[in-house]
Amino acid sequence: MAERLHVGTRKGLFELARRGGAWDIVETHFLGDPVSAVLAQGDTIYAALDLGHFGAKLWRRDGAREWRELAVPAYPSKPEDAGDDPHPWSLGKVWVLEPGGVPGRLWAGTMPGGLFRSDDGGNSWSLNEALWHMPERRQWQGVAGGEQPGISTVLIDPRNPKDIRIGVSTAGVWASTDGGASWRIINEGMYNEYMPPEQKGLPIAQDIHRLACCAAHPEIMWCQHHNGVFRSEDAGHNWREITAIRPSKFGFAVVAHPRDPDTAWFVPAVKDERRIPVDGKIVVARTRDGGNSFEVLRNGLPQHHAYDLVWRHALAVDASGERLAFGSTSGGLWISEDCGDNWTTPEARLPPVSVVRFADH
Amino acid sequence: MATVRFTSALERFLAAPPAQVAAATVGEALAAVFETRPALRGYVLDDQGAVRRHVAIYVGGEAVRDRVKLSDPIGPDDDIYVFQALTGG
Repeated sequence: MAERLHVGTRKGLFELARRGGAWDIVETHFLGDPVSAVLAQGDTIYAALDLGHFGAKLWRRDGAREWRELAVPAYPSKPEDAGDDPHPWSLGKVWVLEPGGVPGRLWAGTMPGGLFRSDDGGNSWSLNEALWHMPERRQWQGVAGGEQPGISTVLIDPRNPKDIRIGVSTAGVWASTDGGASWRIINEGMYNEYMPPEQKGLPIAQDIHRLACCAAHPEIMWCQHHNGVFRSEDAGHNWREITAIRPSKFGFAVVAHPRDPDTAWFVPAVKDERRIPVDGKIVVARTRDGGNSFEVLRNGLPQHHAYDLVWRHALAVDASGERLAFGSTSGGLWISEDCGDNWTTPEARLPPVSVVRFADH
Repeated sequence: MATVRFTSALERFLAAPPAQVAAATVGEALAAVFETRPALRGYVLDDQGAVRRHVAIYVGGEAVRDRVKLSDPIGPDDDIYVFQALTGG
């Protein structure tokens, strides 16, 4: 079970450790700077910053050594004939960092929609040209509140590092089975309520807030979509809406149990212009039967005038499936050691939380 | 020689001392600095080489006009100031 937790916020990265049965902040990093993504692999921590003035940055810390700034994923020179591309050819921010399944490999999902790969532990990055140069990529829509599309999720099949799924806000689920050499959109069965009728069901019109898959059964995928929850049993090709979700179907975050394909957790909120917990009570929704029914978990969570929202990357489960954590836009942080039945909160008043991630050991 | 001076706000991330450069344009002046301090480039310019949206560059008390190609001319004794554009409270 994970003994360390990394919490990226609007004002720094906070590292928590479990000591004597309680979780406490043991280190702070980048105090004052917005953290947009974090990844902890062994003794190595990666942190992506989203500096308001000076752009997106990437740092790595190996063990107890000092943080070192890495090259940041960079977009190529924009050619003359790309003048009508609606999206900038410049890194907005690193939104997600994932291990690539082979030593040294990392994937970075970014705004404005570029996917980058590193094969040397983040020292250098290359844009996935196949995805970036697809004509359909220009149809991708921006994330709500911004103009840039973003890759919010990168899922690598643990059995085959060439089998990749990405979730895009707003452009559906894209798959590559050849390590990123080619891509196609695969998501059937979703619908997007806010689109015009003839476009509701188009795969590319789907606002994928976040995808998760069961590590032991990666063909089982969950999606917290802009207007509901969906489940796929064929690695993202066909999706079925999960209507049993309670207390509401809107939200951003989802995590899947690493071994049990029928268990997943969500943090529902009031849709979609309001984005606050239902009745001012923070709850986690858990299914243990593939989405047929949900338990609404609230022990230890604020139940009186709480207006926290939990972003896409701010809910995490550890490799055991027993420990969970989530952070909120109001700086709340809650940790469970019993699959979500009970939650505790560390002694802290944190800045708004963008990302929560357990160390992998 | 012109002098390029960077905001002290950068000091939290990397060294950015004033630099003396021989250059005819803002772009040449910055390029001369980035030659010796390549990590600084990404803090000032975006991926296409334009000035970052929330970075300001002033020469002789005026904001540079060409933020994309950095073609504004500079004099031999000019001070070039690179600092954060105020965009929030």
